[in-house]
Amino acid sequence: MIDKLDSTFRFYQDAANLRAHRQQLIASNIANADTPKYKARDINFSTALQGALTGSGVVTLATSMPNHIAPPASATPAAPLLYRTAVQGSVDGNTVDMDVERSQFADNAIHYEANLTFISNQIRMMLAAIQG
Amino acid sequence: MSLFNIFTVAGSAMTAQNQRLNVVASNLANADSAVSSNGQPYKAKQVIFASTQPESGIDASGAANGTNGVRVASVIEDQSPMKMVYEPSHPMANKEGFLTMPNVNVVEEMVDMISASRSYQNNVDMMNTAKTLLLKTLTIGQ
Repeated sequence: MIDKLDSTFRFYQDAANLRAHRQQLIASNIANADTPKYKARDINFSTALQGALTGSGVVTLATSMPNHIAPPASATPAAPLLYRTAVQGSVDGNTVDMDVERSQFADNAIHYEANLTFISNQIRMMLAAIQG
Repeated sequence: MSLFNIFTVAGSAMTAQNQRLNVVASNLANADSAVSSNGQPYKAKQVIFASTQPESGIDASGAANGTNGVRVASVIEDQSPMKMVYEPSHPMANKEGFLTMPNVNVVEEMVDMISASRSYQNNVDMMNTAKTLLLKTLTIGQ
């Protein structure tokens, strides 16, 4: 039962973690809108979520002997950081496009909020199932 | 909790933009100062931004997670030529009657001011969004 609860919430937890991470990346893009030579970064959310669910994005130490203890998997798998393609280049080498960043920031915030609503509903459903 | 990092990042950007606004204010105020504190005509100043990696930008494994704040790397003096004004009656005028005036370009400074204030507003908006998200996170399970 506990196992089922865990697997139910794991998807939403991974998604929320990635959304929060992406929010932070876009925040640093907006913060560096006037920094010369700064390159805007982002992650591909769907690929990152896929990686988090299958555990493929996690970098682990090689264990060559059976006695080696496998390191604990990190809580949030490293999503590959990508560079945003600049639509219009600027003279100082900065690739932050404020329109793109602001829209992505709002988009990501709404997705994060939606994710939280799903978690709350899921919890309510589980409680209903438990309490009958 | 990575949403908290947004406050660090946006905060550093706000400090940097604030300093830029301060420099603009100084330039505009001294646009007509023939003599500055060092006895020479005032020279326009410019801030140079650089991105930094705050402590929150390094995750538990020591790898950079792509979070960058902003800092003012240096404040430089504008090297563009000084304005020469013909004013023979001025006590600071040279032998030919020309007075050296600051190289402050008022139009450029005004544009810089608007840009700094817009960037500041963007960062405030960002903080507000992060705050809303965090408060919403606290309501999970209620």
